[in-house]
Amino acid sequence: MASTQRIADGYPQRGNMGRNTARDIRERAIHLILLAAAAVSIFTTIGILFSLLGETISFFRNVSIVEYFTGTRWAPSFSRRSFGVLALISATAMTSFIAMLIAVPLGLLAAIYLSEFASRRARSIIKPLLEILAGIPTVVYGFFALLFVTPLIRRVYDVDIFNSLSAGIVMGIAILPLVSSLSEDAMSAVPNSLREGAFGLGATRFEVATRVVFPAALSGIVASVILALSRAVGETMIVALAAGQRPRFTFDPTVAVQTMTSYIVSVSQGEAAVGSIQYQTIFAVGTTLFAITFAMNLFSHWFVRRFREVYD
Amino acid sequence: MASSTQVAHGGATFRTNLATRRLKGALFVALGLAAVGIGLLTLLTLIIDVVVDAVPWLSWDFITSYPSRFAEESGIRAGLLGTVWLMALTILIALPLGVLSAVYLEEYAGDNRFTRFVQVNIANLAGVPSIVYGLLGLQIFVRMMRLERSLLAGALTMALLILPIIIVASREAIRAVPSSFRDASLALGATKWQTVRNHVLPYAFPGILTGNILAASRAIGETAPLLVIGALAYVATSPSGPLSRFTVLPIQIYNWTSLPQQDFHGLAAAGIVVLLAVLLTMNSIAIYLRQRLSRRY
Repeated sequence: MASTQRIADGYPQRGNMGRNTARDIRERAIHLILLAAAAVSIFTTIGILFSLLGETISFFRNVSIVEYFTGTRWAPSFSRRSFGVLALISATAMTSFIAMLIAVPLGLLAAIYLSEFASRRARSIIKPLLEILAGIPTVVYGFFALLFVTPLIRRVYDVDIFNSLSAGIVMGIAILPLVSSLSEDAMSAVPNSLREGAFGLGATRFEVATRVVFPAALSGIVASVILALSRAVGETMIVALAAGQRPRFTFDPTVAVQTMTSYIVSVSQGEAAVGSIQYQTIFAVGTTLFAITFAMNLFSHWFVRRFREVYD
Repeated sequence: MASSTQVAHGGATFRTNLATRRLKGALFVALGLAAVGIGLLTLLTLIIDVVVDAVPWLSWDFITSYPSRFAEESGIRAGLLGTVWLMALTILIALPLGVLSAVYLEEYAGDNRFTRFVQVNIANLAGVPSIVYGLLGLQIFVRMMRLERSLLAGALTMALLILPIIIVASREAIRAVPSSFRDASLALGATKWQTVRNHVLPYAFPGILTGNILAASRAIGETAPLLVIGALAYVATSPSGPLSRFTVLPIQIYNWTSLPQQDFHGLAAAGIVVLLAVLLTMNSIAIYLRQRLSRRY
């Protein structure tokens, strides 16, 4: 009995004749090393919180938290300083909203088509091709938005050289594969017996796709949409290049704005002195950004756990 | 009698509707194809646009020159060398950490609170915007550890950024190792670590390698965190060691794109072609290795 216990444990030598062999010590040391490696991810989270919160607390010693969250004028380096982060949040909301307007319908249509209508062969070609879109660096999309899409829009409609419309559209294409691939995965995971049941009742392919498979995969689909949204909110290079560097509280997609991420980039490029209020602002904005995306991720985890349909 | 008319009636309704119901399906397929088409067409347009802009600027001189105030004399050398250095250092840091974490989570960890916490934590880290990693790097590596704006500070930041990707990919590769391997090795008297080192890791190696190459190619395209820790756009020397200041391809591209002169936009396009070529090579290697090395038992 005792011997089977030891073998199942994976440590056949432990306690054998009461000796503590070198092998035993080495095994325990390795266990500790592995544990330490796994703990690095926890230290990363602690490091993020520590570096964000330290400067953010100093920031709120100088700036009223009410002004920060309710003000609509963002001018940290003007002589008449003002820290209304809503000016930055409105720009982030607008570019993300436009991106979602592109990515969600196109992504879901593509996902349903790939999962329910396309042949196996078509799917095996189209899916990786769409995923290339996700592998292209965002700075390349920024180039494309500023120097191709904006001039194209300006031919038909008068927009600023920097505008959130072009940045949002290109960002929507960039996150499209997140929606399409992850939603397709979720729909492919719906067991075939459900489809066969619906077909047996006389449903057409379209009805099976929209009324059986889509609802059954809803938790995975919502998770993919939220993931895409949180990616859009945190996206930096497209908006830094194409949406401009002009903070203002507006929902007009044709004018230059400044998102939270492009503000952080613009200050980083200017070498703000450590300890200055400008230096602290990028951490305050970073904390705001982190809190928003963290809330979205938590919501998505919760939603998946709450609404996942489990079939056995 | 009544029931048979009902059936006949139902049947008639069914038949009249079937055409429209099928039409809906056909329309839907058209919409789905259009959605896919818009995505792929954009990809194609992007590539053609970049290549057309890049062609006049692509030359051997472009690869071997440092950036300059004059577009004609500018090149990508500093960015290319910076990218190679940064990736080598990043992988050197992230690969052991990621693989060891994955081994711990798959082979050693019990199902307890700590393990679950680590897992949830890794999932959350994967969702943190990359620019926030930049702020972490700025505060901890650049300032507190006094690494200044060096390659090492950039590599440490990037390593933490891609760690969740490496852990997830390595775990999947390790999980795919048949448990009969472990049982056989343990039954012959090997210790847990001997089993992992001699049997589990070699078998999982192709998967781990592929995951690492894909993670590295994600890091190569990242710009935002490096901008935040202050990687320079104008560097006219090659990196000489981990503590040199540096620039990378995407930052060079960003800088050229944001200049107003059109000539620099051509340079940016040429830089993008080089960057995409590097990424394409790495991804092809990953796919090749996966097919070449993967064995089935």
